[in-house]
Formats: sequence, structure tokens, C-alpha cells
Amino acid sequence: MADDSLILGHRLSEWCGHGPILEEDIALTNISLDLIGQATNLFQYAGKIEGKGRDEDQLAFLRYEKEYKNSLLVEQPNGDFGMTIMRQFLFDAYRLPLFEALTKSSDAQIAAIAEKSLKETKYHYRHSAEWVIRLGDGTEESHQRIQKSLDLLWRYSSDLFTSDDIQTEAEQNGISPSIEEIKGLWSKNVYSVLEQATLVIPDNKWEQNGGRAGKHSEHLGYLLAELQYMQRAYPNMEW
Amino acid sequence: MKKSDWPLWEVFIRSKQGLNHKHVGSLRAADAEMAIENARDVYTRRSEGISIWVLESKNIHASDPQEADSLYDPAHSKVYRHPTFYDVPDGISHM
Repeated sequence: MADDSLILGHRLSEWCGHGPILEEDIALTNISLDLIGQATNLFQYAGKIEGKGRDEDQLAFLRYEKEYKNSLLVEQPNGDFGMTIMRQFLFDAYRLPLFEALTKSSDAQIAAIAEKSLKETKYHYRHSAEWVIRLGDGTEESHQRIQKSLDLLWRYSSDLFTSDDIQTEAEQNGISPSIEEIKGLWSKNVYSVLEQATLVIPDNKWEQNGGRAGKHSEHLGYLLAELQYMQRAYPNMEW
Repeated sequence: MKKSDWPLWEVFIRSKQGLNHKHVGSLRAADAEMAIENARDVYTRRSEGISIWVLESKNIHASDPQEADSLYDPAHSKVYRHPTFYDVPDGISHM
């Protein structure tokens, strides 16, 4: 979860100064900062549990590509504004029910982080869903572009829900809700918004998975090179 | 303004302590809903407020600055319009 937040937060930060309008530029960077804030909280806690003295900066900046467990969806390039919005929407629709369920986690710290993040995520979802509908049900050009984004990104959406031994154990301990249940809630929201947006789910049912196991698309390496540059070039620098 | 540009909106924010909404600036948005979302992102990101009003700028009618002399100057010489000439009796509080 921390990696999802960090990588998507970094992707959105690439919009800073390039937004289609000033208002949207600020909106995207606000969301970026929310996500990086969530990543900070989660990394701090992960570092504590790991008990090897790694802090949030070391976890964020000093791991290698295969050690990142973010989903393939969040590392995909920004593309045009429609692509960024579609990626965000598919992600927010997953994060919203996940944080909602995690407020009842058996782990008090996770529940507290979820509580705080849920408020932010509700707004993120509202923002991205609203834009999906506007663009999908907008002009011919906006419809055609965001449909193309959906066609491209759909194959990565199931990677959000890939399960593994750690996930199964977290579900058994009541730390995490059932990821299948979250997927059900995600589908319900996504289908309903896409329908309002007059968008069509692609026929091609091929799915690409692997992010949660550290098998990433070529895009993550370039992203990490930029994200990690300062810490690699000037170790332990602070500003 | 090009026809394709989004309309301009005026934004009013009520702060936590404030009783009334105050004008804080303007922004562009396609409709009222987007104007409120944009206002939330642009004008409340540093905890400035707890309530937002937006109003399309074209719906605001303003007085003409050229007429300021005739509109406002005459009030300057009418100090008797201020309630400062009354003696407040002892025992009246909260005045």
C-alpha cells in the first residue's frame, strides 16, 4: 500500500506546473501530496515492524526496483490528462473501500492510518469519478481520448487485487479485509461510473499482473531513477 | 474571452471563526459543481475555511467607480447618522 501511494504520488507530482488549467494543476498536486503523506505514515510503520532501523526515507528512496510491490497500474506513465484521470479513478475506486474496511482492522495503527487517509481518499474518488464522467460524456474528442485510456489501462486494473501469502495471512488475522470483497465493491463503483460516462469496458480480457511480486513494467525503472537520484547522488542529504 | 473558455466564478469562504462568507478570489470552472471542487483545492488547502460559496462573476452587478463622488461623498458630512450622540444609561450592558 505504501508503494502504491508513493509511486502514484510521484507520478502525479510530474504534473506540477503542467496541469491543463491552474485549478487542476493544484488539485493534482494536492492529491500527490496526500498520497505521499499516506506513504510516509505506512513506511514509518513498516520500518518499525521490520525492526531493522530503516526509516521512511530509506524505504522510499533506497530500495531496488524488484523490492517495490506497487501495482502495475500506478506506475503507468501520465499520458494525457484523460489517461491520468482514468488511472486515478481505477485506483481511487479500489482505495476507497479498502481504507473504509481497514478502519476496522485488528491492527490499531493500520486502523488509525486508514481513518486519516479515508477522508482524503473520499475526495480523490469524488474528483476523479467526476472527471471520468465529464470527459466520457463530454465532447467527441474527450470521449474518444478517455475511452482510449480505459482500453490501455484496463489490463492493469486486476493487478490491484493480486493476492499472495502475506495478503492471505493478513486476512486471516483480521488485519486486512478480504481482497476479493474489495474487488467486488470496486467493480460495482467502476461499472456504474463508466456507464454514466458512456464508456465501454474493453473486449480484450487479457490481464497483466506481477506488480505485487516485484515484477514491473519498464516504466518503473525510469520513475525510480528520478525519484531516487538525490538520495543516491548525495546520500543522507536533507532539505 | 474565447467562447470555449470556462466561465469565471467568484469564491467566498467562511472561516471557522467567521460568521460570514468573505470574498477570497476567483477561478474558472465549467459549472457550479466543478467551481466548488476547484475552490476547495485552490482556496482551502491551508485550512482557510469550512464553507464555500461560488457565484458566476457575470451575475454580480457593481456600482460604477465613475460615480463614486455622487454616491459616497455626500455621506461624509452627515456625522449625525452615527449613533454616537446618545448617552447610554448606566446599567445597560453589551452595548
